[in-house]
Amino acid sequence: MSVLIGRSTRLMVQGLGTEGQNQIRRSLAYGTTVVAGVHPSFRGGAEFEGFPVFDTAEEAVAATEPNVCIIFVPAPGAADAILENVAAGVRLIVCITEGVPVHDMVRVRAALARSKSRLIGPNCPGLITPAAKCRVGIMPSAVFKPGRVGVVSRSGTLVYEAVDQLTRLGIGQSSCVGVGGDPIIGASQAEALEMFNRDRATDAVVLIGEIGGTAEQASADYIERHMTKPVVAFVAGATAPPGRRMGHAGAIIEGHSGTAAAKLEALSAAGATISRSPADIGLTMQRALREHGLLKA
Amino acid sequence: MKIHEYQAKSILAAHGVPVPRGVAVTTAEEAGEAAAGLGGKVVVKAQIHAGGRGKGRLVAAQARTAAMYRRLEADPAATEGGVTGRRVGGVRLAGSAARAQAEAAKILGKFLVTHQTGPEGKQVQRLLIEEQSAIAGEYYAAVLIDGALGTPVMIVSTEGGQAIEEVAERTPEAIVRVPIDPEAGFPAYRGRQLAKQLGMPQPVVMRAGALFAGLYRAFLAADASLAEINPFVVTADNRVLAVDAKLSIDDNAAFRQPVASLRDKSEENAMEIMAEEAGIGSYVKLDGNIGCMVNGAGLAMATMDTIMLAGGEPANFLDIGTVNRVQLVEDALHIINLDPGVRAILINIFGGMARVDVVAEGLVAAVNKYGITHPIVVRLNGSNVEEGRRIIEASGLEFLLADDLGTAARLAVEAAG
Repeated sequence: MSVLIGRSTRLMVQGLGTEGQNQIRRSLAYGTTVVAGVHPSFRGGAEFEGFPVFDTAEEAVAATEPNVCIIFVPAPGAADAILENVAAGVRLIVCITEGVPVHDMVRVRAALARSKSRLIGPNCPGLITPAAKCRVGIMPSAVFKPGRVGVVSRSGTLVYEAVDQLTRLGIGQSSCVGVGGDPIIGASQAEALEMFNRDRATDAVVLIGEIGGTAEQASADYIERHMTKPVVAFVAGATAPPGRRMGHAGAIIEGHSGTAAAKLEALSAAGATISRSPADIGLTMQRALREHGLLKA
Repeated sequence: MKIHEYQAKSILAAHGVPVPRGVAVTTAEEAGEAAAGLGGKVVVKAQIHAGGRGKGRLVAAQARTAAMYRRLEADPAATEGGVTGRRVGGVRLAGSAARAQAEAAKILGKFLVTHQTGPEGKQVQRLLIEEQSAIAGEYYAAVLIDGALGTPVMIVSTEGGQAIEEVAERTPEAIVRVPIDPEAGFPAYRGRQLAKQLGMPQPVVMRAGALFAGLYRAFLAADASLAEINPFVVTADNRVLAVDAKLSIDDNAAFRQPVASLRDKSEENAMEIMAEEAGIGSYVKLDGNIGCMVNGAGLAMATMDTIMLAGGEPANFLDIGTVNRVQLVEDALHIINLDPGVRAILINIFGGMARVDVVAEGLVAAVNKYGITHPIVVRLNGSNVEEGRRIIEASGLEFLLADDLGTAARLAVEAAG
């Protein structure tokens, strides 16, 4: 058991530019099953690293039956690639691409609502399930360790940061999901929490939020109503000056609900344990696991 | 990306939203001519990328410190270093062309300080000269993206001409929020329904419906993250007019929008532009003394948080993005080093797609090239970290090495004094 990806994952990669090639090599080296590539008019021939490369997702799906697609297509064509995978019936689509226009994502969300596909991202680090050696993303696999703590984050680099702290304390991870930092994304934090809540391989979850938007409030609502496992939460940007854009389009303070204080208050009231400093995420989880008898003192 | 009011109005007008007749000018003489062409009775409006212009304060020179700004704010009679606390707004009425020219001369070149500009204000380099309208009623309309819904929403209100967040707090019932199905769009009949819902006078229902539909078309065509008309008015002769407008274009859509002709770089921080031209993901200048270079917006914010919790203050936010170019790292460190407020530098890189060895190479090159003397705390982890650490050690340069985020922040705060 794991969240979204695992031993049965058959990965397809769309967008075999330099970065797509580098990252898929790393996933292969980690032990992930890659069954196909999609890259229209690919100059590298009909094969890459031992898997076939197709011009369209439709052909790739018919020939190789992938159940997950990772997208590295540059921003101007990224939404088109997502729509292509939705049309091809791929169940899980992970879009790494940063800088996708928000109006394109409006169309993508409408198409997703009518389909059976689920989208993670865009502007995300992807997913990893260490025990299954399954890496559908761009994360540095060396810091991950198989275990029973799940990680959900809007930010990619903060996944690595939190995981590094956990691993150093000997606490492994069941799966990690970077949901993405843009204003419109596919699966939300709350949906990721729900998957971890149901996952029998997960004992507890680290939730990493950010200023801007209202996704953390939705997570708090889910935690309060349904979560049966301990959640440790951190919200980045508590000290960011109001009104300034801090990179992620989503990280703009809009009204009171966008502030770190409002998000932390909601999460804390819902029963999550708050880590005030990003440097203490691992220690806070260690304490929470001990308190719940999930880790020997 | 923010654009000026006159540019927003021209985009809205192209999509069928009625706007007052007006001309954008850069000199007082042009203002006078424009006013004459519009019949003499005009509004002179400062064009800066900030709201609250009417209630702003026009000053001859920039308030140099936040403390000075606060003193002037508290005492309108005070004068300090050529800057007065007297409130003179950036939007003025003129009854004749000569009067318009005189008002323009008073505004151009001055700094307009509003609640959105910060204490330094923004220099007024352009004015919009517009015909006056006989206003019978003021309303609000905007379209923006609702991230949670994943669709645009139209927000309208009978309380036009005020800050909408204040209206939301005071009289939430005066605001109507309409999610828009992207496939159905926002046809004019929906606009007419909305006009009825707002209780607008019967003779303007048709025109108001067209205004709402035009606003949505402009929002789509411009790849806007926000398109706002505040206020739009009903005139004494039952016309509707967008009297003030604001439009922000999604930076991610820059590749397909005419941003080169719409952007006004003089409204932006020079160092932020320099960072952008170097290809740095995002740079925001702040007031502290610890320069930061981080990969990823989330980690960059978290690094700032850690510095603050350790008792320090960041001099900037810098998300270098995906670094796989040595030159990018050199430029980033150079830009941090140019900030006179910086006393120490903290490098926090957790490589995923970004490669740590490339960062290390860039750091060493930048320190040698620019002779950087500030203490530099380096925390490297992730992709190719061993190679990165080896490059740092082999350089023979004095870096303060940290293994984790907490230690790195503590060392940087100590080094900055």
